[in-house]
Amino acid sequence: MNAVFTIAAREIREGVRNRWVLATTLVLAALALTLAFLGSTPAGTVKASALAVTVVSLSSLSIFLLPLIAMILTFDGIAGEAERGTLLLLLSYPVARWQIVLGKFLGHTAILAFATLVGYGATGLVVGLSQDGGGGWAPYLAMVGSSILLGAAFAAIGTLVSALARERAVAGGLGIGLWLFFVIVFDMALLGILAADTNQTIGPATVPWLLMLNPADIYRFFNLASFGDVSTFAGLAGLSESVRIAPPAMLGALVVWIVAPLGLAALAFQRRSL
Amino acid sequence: MTEAPVRLQKIAKRYGAVTALESVDLTIEPGEFMALAGHNGAGKTTLFKIILGLVRPSSGTVGVFGAPPHSKRAVGLRSAIGFLPENVTFAGNLTGIELLRYYARLKRVPLGQCTDLLDQVGLGDAVRRRVKTYSKGMRQRLGLAQMLLGEPKLLVLDEPTSGLDPDARRQFRSLLEERRRAGATILLSSHALAEFEEAADRITFLRDGRMVACGTIDELRRASALPVRIRVKAGPDAHAALAQAVGDMAELRPINGQSVELSCAADKHVAILRRVGELEAVDTVEVRPPHLEDIYAHYRGPDAGDSHGAGGSRP
Repeated sequence: MNAVFTIAAREIREGVRNRWVLATTLVLAALALTLAFLGSTPAGTVKASALAVTVVSLSSLSIFLLPLIAMILTFDGIAGEAERGTLLLLLSYPVARWQIVLGKFLGHTAILAFATLVGYGATGLVVGLSQDGGGGWAPYLAMVGSSILLGAAFAAIGTLVSALARERAVAGGLGIGLWLFFVIVFDMALLGILAADTNQTIGPATVPWLLMLNPADIYRFFNLASFGDVSTFAGLAGLSESVRIAPPAMLGALVVWIVAPLGLAALAFQRRSL
Repeated sequence: MTEAPVRLQKIAKRYGAVTALESVDLTIEPGEFMALAGHNGAGKTTLFKIILGLVRPSSGTVGVFGAPPHSKRAVGLRSAIGFLPENVTFAGNLTGIELLRYYARLKRVPLGQCTDLLDQVGLGDAVRRRVKTYSKGMRQRLGLAQMLLGEPKLLVLDEPTSGLDPDARRQFRSLLEERRRAGATILLSSHALAEFEEAADRITFLRDGRMVACGTIDELRRASALPVRIRVKAGPDAHAALAQAVGDMAELRPINGQSVELSCAADKHVAILRRVGELEAVDTVEVRPPHLEDIYAHYRGPDAGDSHGAGGSRP
């Protein structure tokens, strides 16, 4: 287990040194603050708390941004070392292959978690304290927590891509392709299928389960439909009553989206010939 | 120390239709310095990967300190191995000392060694600089330093001197010599064969994945039956006397007005020298036994292929 932490610590140190941590934290904080102050204008008229408004707008944007950052952070992890020749060296050390996969993942996820926690956390404090967020804390904290899980899920997918690809460039392309698929294509395709199907084979009760096939949708669903205050503002109040997937189950699904790609990454890396 | 550091028996490795290695038998004894030579693509790196447990052979058995290197047990044994890969590019924003400490932690070696090692390889002034600013030679030195972590019992080096300047090469050879005196076993591949002619106990030639020769330099000289060349400097009028003295023991070839080159079988050259020495007109005599480079050229030569059945390839 020591090797895992050594590898993770090295990734974190590298992230601090090349200013990835700083840049990511600043971007997330700037985004969150901008949305919070822009979004606070309509709060008075809909009687939603400022924090709830922020949850809706911020989670909608996190869906695009966090997976992208996670992919960019992780695609190089194994493929890049293979290309530079240091992977061969690393494998000649008393380190098991799964330890390399897990160490890289943990290091990258720690960077993402730190940036999310600090960036969104600071915004939450500013909005919550200055505008009397009143009762909006639970959804906001849930959003920060699920954002970390969302980042981790895409970090796991990126690690899988990095373990599979033979070249850095291929890993990068594949990573961006998957990001595009999960964040944009999946929803459009699902919408198209549902429209064509017109309720014949896919009933309304099935749809939420289909959404579980996409970590980005789980995140969206969790944040917009789980809390009454937020779902009213998001216009999803009716939806959340017709379907029943408990929030903990959704979080569980997100965790599956972390563990499964990571397991596959370890497996793929184990089989990779050098 | 009864177990040989490296024991390969009937190793073959195929990648699809491509045969990288075929029936390789090689045992390296404790404390031995084995040099590995061969053209690009002869299978040197594949052989190293098999020894390090990074690749499984298609057939045959491998033992490194008595254990198969890709087994679970061997992961721990890797602490006893130092490896310097070919073309390793250390990059990134960590400093030299930070990167070496990272490798020391992975190898569970006391971190105190790191500063000393960086001094030894001549990076003492650059330890606090970021690795991405290092020159090629400096990266190679960093590679050397990580290889020496934990005083490994087996050193595996793939083209270690490429990218090093002559000064650094000399320094590198003395570092290696030091490790060898401490009892380390060394397996090294190189194109710059002349550098290791004296240091290596045995030399193995690989050609198209097969071992075409293996032995001490003397054994290889004898087996290759390459002639010893004797260059005699003497006036043109002495050439006839020279030819007469040597008789049919050697072939004569005038180089220029001043010198003649005699090629003879290795076991004849002392007798020839004796006769040449008696001639009054002889100025200087220079004996050149076949160098490793010559032997290497002999074994990789395009005509040498048939006898080993490995034909059909171009270097």
